[in-house]
Parts: sequence; structure tokens; C-alpha cells
Amino acid sequence: MTPLHESVDWQPSPDWSTLRLRAELLQKTRDFFHAHQFLEVETPLLSAETVVDAQIEPLSVSLDAGAKKYWLQTSPELCMKRMLAAGGQALFQIAHAFRGEECGPLHNPEFTLIEWYRVGDSMRDGMNFLSDLFQSLMKTSTAKSLSYRDAFLKFTGLDPFTAEAAEFAQVAAATGLAVPAQLGDDVDDWLDFFMLEMVMPHLGVSAPTILYDYPASQAALAKVRNDLIPVAERFELFYQGIELANGYHELCDPLELAHRTAIANEKRALQGRPSLPQTRRLQAAMEVGLPPSTGVALGFDRLVMLAAGKTNIADVMAFTVDRA
Amino acid sequence: MATYNTSDFRKGLKIQIEGEPYMVIESNFRKPGKGNAIYTLRMRNLVRGTVLERNYKGGESVEAADVEEIEGQFLYRQADNYVFMDTSNYEQYELSSEQIGDAWKYLKDGTLCQMVLFESNPITVTPPNHVVLKIEYCEPGAKGNTATNVTKPVKVETGAEIQCPSFVDMGELIRVDTRTGEYIERCKE
Repeated sequence: MTPLHESVDWQPSPDWSTLRLRAELLQKTRDFFHAHQFLEVETPLLSAETVVDAQIEPLSVSLDAGAKKYWLQTSPELCMKRMLAAGGQALFQIAHAFRGEECGPLHNPEFTLIEWYRVGDSMRDGMNFLSDLFQSLMKTSTAKSLSYRDAFLKFTGLDPFTAEAAEFAQVAAATGLAVPAQLGDDVDDWLDFFMLEMVMPHLGVSAPTILYDYPASQAALAKVRNDLIPVAERFELFYQGIELANGYHELCDPLELAHRTAIANEKRALQGRPSLPQTRRLQAAMEVGLPPSTGVALGFDRLVMLAAGKTNIADVMAFTVDRA
Repeated sequence: MATYNTSDFRKGLKIQIEGEPYMVIESNFRKPGKGNAIYTLRMRNLVRGTVLERNYKGGESVEAADVEEIEGQFLYRQADNYVFMDTSNYEQYELSSEQIGDAWKYLKDGTLCQMVLFESNPITVTPPNHVVLKIEYCEPGAKGNTATNVTKPVKVETGAEIQCPSFVDMGELIRVDTRTGEYIERCKE
């Protein structure tokens, strides 16, 4: 009989020098947050409520034979914000997060997030802190910042806040992009597609780049600033064309939270995704008062991947899902 | 009609686009953190061999191709048609010389080939990588000249012409690489 080890993927996929680099970066991350007086916290991976996002699929678990579902967290944000409302000031954690259906060179259904919140930070403060952390871990220069609108104008020639689906379709045809057949009238679908095809590859090529002021339709749980055209105070960090972090100047209004959750659930229904429960515990915390703050989630596996000069997260995660 | 959803996408999947069967060579997943996922498939057309790349939005579905691989034994040629038999169930299939392409050069009675069926109709035939063919006619062998760089055309039992070193002779058996059409060596069987 053939020995099992010839046909079974039992070994970790990265080499030991990469695993040592990963451990060093974890240590440096903790040191950085401690040096900035952040408190390390832990929140449950398994929770009765989960972030309701139109495009993120949480995985559910039942704890016993009962029908009640628990969710593997797609990020630790709900519980960390509840801690802020209960008196937390500057909190961080390094946690595993889970997202169904996400598998590829830059995705694994289970991955590691560095997530932090600091009360009193504006969006700009949050961007600066993110740049400092990234610079300290990756030995890069300070991050450049570029508004979402300017990035689209520069790389696509379209104004993301006013262009209509037909204009995106025209530019796509002229550029020779392979447009998915079901990309229709939803401008956000076009924005996401153009982001992947035409914008992202140019971001963070020479220096890390932070995109900020996202379309209000993509606010998720960020505060919307009522400029002439309202924008979400949301920002993302890119390096070498790869998205690494996502931050919000946090939405603090419990009614707006309920409203956005309902909208996200409507969008989920349109895509045939199951409806997710209202995030009532976060809503309750916001009623008591979530202090103005900024929070960021940074994908640690991708950071290690870039630090190690690799192109696939399987090269930096001990066991990706195919061998977990 | 069976379909595959984007979450089923993976290498080796056989799908149908505009009535033609394709096999997925590479499947890639990209997604802005909070945004819509894009799946990119690189596919090979199973009839024509051409490569196609397409993007799909998360949740889109594609038609599955009813494609089956069988072992087909070459039986005989009838005018412009080539007759094969599925060795598992003795079902017979006819292919036109157009569908056969260059494969005719390597088909002897009994040759076992790989065949691909699309909706139960044969679309491609691939002979084994190496076949042994008997030389039917050639100019007399240049005895003693073992150089392989001097070649001559040789007519083999299937009627095809193969470039061979000048030392081979009528009645001898040669091994041929069907992927390149090149002579490999002389052989006993």
C-alpha cells in the first residue's frame, strides 16, 4: 500500500524562514500598539450577531441541536465597538476572522486581522496612525493619500460620484475589459469592477497609498460627511496593488445603523443571500453612546506575504483551507 | 440543464459557452474587501483548442457542458469517415476527416485513442503520444550512414509521409511522436 504521506497534504505550505518572519511581525505589531498605550483585548469568534454586509458571507455554527445559529465573526468590529461604548479608549486585537466563499491567491476563508480602535481620532488621525504602523512594520516610506474620487479620475477618467452605468460600460469597451455579463445598472458593481481592473493595480506601487472619502453607497459602518456630494469617511490602504486595510471614522448613530443593516439585508436578498439578524447589541451600545472614534482592520496574512516577497497567502499561512 | 455557480468554479470544470464546450484551465478569485467578487476563468475550447478568458460577477452561473472522455478504438476507415468503438460499451462513433485532423496519420486498425464526447457526439480524437508504424515505401536505406540529420520522406502503412533518417528501410518499424509528427527511433515491435 502507498504510504499516506505521499498522497496527503500534511505539511505546512510556508517555509520556516517565512514562519519566523511572521512571528517577528506579530511581535512587532504588539510592541507598536503597547508603545502607543493600546490595550489588547479578545472578543468571541462565535457570536449571535454578525456584521450585516451585502457582499460578505458569514459562516454559521449551531452549538447544540437547537435551531439558534451562531456566527463565526467576519471581523471583531461589533464586540470591540461595544467595548468602546462601555469605556474602552484605545483597543487592539489580533484575531482570526472567517468569510465564506472567499478562496484564492489573496483569500482564505479563515484569516488573521489586526483590528484597532481609538476614541477621539478623526479619519485623518486614523490614516496617519495606519501609515505609521505600516511604515514601522514594513520599513516603507510614509503612505501617500489620495481621495477615491481623484484615484478614479486619474486612472479611469470617470467621476465615481456622478458617472452612470452606461459611461462605465463605454470606458470598459474602449479599454477592452472583459466585462461580466451580469454587470448591469448598479453603479456600485461597476465601481468595484473598475477598482479591481483599472485602479487597484496602480495603487501603492512606489509608496503605500491610502484611499479615502468613499462613495456614500459604500459607507458600510463609516460616518457619512454631508459635503456637497456626501462621502463616507472610510479609507483603505494599498501596497503594490494589493488592498491591505480598511478603516472608518465610525458611524455612531443607532438609527442609521438599523437603517444601513436593513439596506444591506435588502441587497443580500436580491443576490439570493440569506437575511442576517439585526445587530441589536451594537445598536443598544450606540444608544448609550459610542464615542467618536476611528477603527481599522488590517489583513495580517497579506502584510506578511508582501514583507516576505511572496505572491500567494498560502506561502505565509501554515495551513490554508485546502490542507487545514 | 445543469449549471455551475461561481462558487463551484475550479480548474478542470467543463462548461458550455455559446454552444461550445470549454475546460477551465485556471480559476481566479478577486474581491475588494467590501465589494463584489470577480471570478476570472481561463478556458480551453475543447473543439478548437483556442483559449478564452472571461470575468464573472459573484453569484453568476454558467451552463455545464455534457462532456465525457472515453477510450475509443479505431476500427476502420469508410470513405471520408473514421469509425471508432467505445471500449467500455462497444458503442460505435463516426468522425469526419475534418474532425480527425492530423490524427489519421497515426491510425492503424485497433489503435486505442482518447476521445472526447460532447452531448454524446465525438468532438476530438487524440492518438497515443507514441505509435509504431511500418514503412511501406522509401528510397533504399543508405547503409552505414547513421547520421540522423540527413532525412528522407518515408511512406508508412497509414499512407502518411514521415521524415526519417536516411538509414531506415522498407519493411522496418519506426516509432513516431504523434504530437510533433517526428520520427523517434527504429524498433522491433
